[in-house]
Amino acid sequence: MSDDWLYNVSITPLSVLAQGAGLVLDFSRIRENIPFILQGVPVTLSFSIVSALFGFTWGTVLSIFKISNILPLKLLADLYTSIFRGTPLILQLALIYFATPQLTGITPTPFQAAVVTFSLNSAAYSSETIRGGIMAVDRGQREAAMTLGVKYPTMMWDIVLPQAFKNILPALVNESIALLKDSALVSTVGALDLMRRGQVVAAEKFIFFEPLMIVAVIYYVLVMGLTFVAQQLERRMRKSD
Amino acid sequence: MIRTEFLCKSFGNLKVLNDISTEIRKGEVVAILGPSGCGKSTLLRCLNLLETPTRGRVYINDVEITNPKTDVNKVRQNMGMVFQHFNLFPHMTVLQNVTYGPIKVKQMPKGQAQELGMAQLHVVGLDEKADVYPSRLSGGQKQRVAIARALAMQPGVMLFDEPTSALDPEMVKEVLAVMKGLVNSGMTMAIVTHEMGFAREVADRILFLEGGGIAEDAPPSVFFTAPKSERAQQFLEKVL
Repeated sequence: MSDDWLYNVSITPLSVLAQGAGLVLDFSRIRENIPFILQGVPVTLSFSIVSALFGFTWGTVLSIFKISNILPLKLLADLYTSIFRGTPLILQLALIYFATPQLTGITPTPFQAAVVTFSLNSAAYSSETIRGGIMAVDRGQREAAMTLGVKYPTMMWDIVLPQAFKNILPALVNESIALLKDSALVSTVGALDLMRRGQVVAAEKFIFFEPLMIVAVIYYVLVMGLTFVAQQLERRMRKSD
Repeated sequence: MIRTEFLCKSFGNLKVLNDISTEIRKGEVVAILGPSGCGKSTLLRCLNLLETPTRGRVYINDVEITNPKTDVNKVRQNMGMVFQHFNLFPHMTVLQNVTYGPIKVKQMPKGQAQELGMAQLHVVGLDEKADVYPSRLSGGQKQRVAIARALAMQPGVMLFDEPTSALDPEMVKEVLAVMKGLVNSGMTMAIVTHEMGFAREVADRILFLEGGGIAEDAPPSVFFTAPKSERAQQFLEKVL
């Protein structure tokens, strides 16, 4: 008896469900809200780009710590990665947004808190990718630079990292796409990104399908755009092959 | 120019070099020969500290480079090295490969470095390849660019680590010809090689290594006709 409801739902024909939910798509009802939703594009984009930039930079530094022979740096980078990979992103975001004022008295804006969280988080993931890329560069490259008398930082910057990044570009594009989509999580701390704007319109008009569909399409177009840019970049980097 | 004293190198429990004490004088061409696994490449790589010796000392122009206080990068600028697998920088053009050292290490102005780079490419006969990427070159051409890259640092000594071992037979000649030109210009050279004919022709001295030690140190005329050690005799029987 108690699980009757479960039984009932599972045998309810889809058409009935759809009718019950009123699945009659009428985008004209939210036409006036579309500019409001579109204003979320620069928010989501700037947020993703800034986070990726900081994240990959910090990730590169971490990866260099990981391959260094200074043990404390290595341990620090490994511990860092394990913490950020071992806890949910949304929890990290909540901690940084809600707990920072409590700890430091500084109240970050949702945008700031989210950029910090996503940079720290994506650095943890990308540092592993970049480390793999660095290790895959032939040892002879390093030796050739060393025999010219090139110092370690210059060698890393001019010889090793360009080749490493070329090899891991597809993986970093994946990481960027994940970042762009995960950025929807900032809606949970109230930043007016694409996702949040979709929800705002939905709540205002009491219709969900249309605004969320529009937001979904925008995310998809953004990811396709990113993929295209990455392909162009990859083609340019392959010109020496 | 180069002097080693009781040089030892072990990889874990494997003893590769055992008390090597020798000297390479200015202008001398020394060929380092020996069966594979005898430590000849390791010896060469210890001379510019690509391998850190386990024990012993290496002096370059009377500066002890095994002393931790020595600026190894400074010393390396004066020691060109050519590798078996070329190790050209694949993301740079031929000319960028050759000018990279002078620009980045010697802070030479770009224009001047390019002039020098073109001159070095001319020496190895590859002027017209200046603007292509290494992936477009044949093995022999790659190795000649690698030689030009090392020469662009205007080193006092050149180290060659099996420079022709990775080449197709018909490309060996062009690389050896470039090296012969260097010998004639009076360059100090240490060459690890399997090219017996070449060693015999250009070397002033042959160092024959066996089991991590110097089994024979003789001019080629002596080494190739009347080697003293039994191991060298066996070796020559096999390769000649």
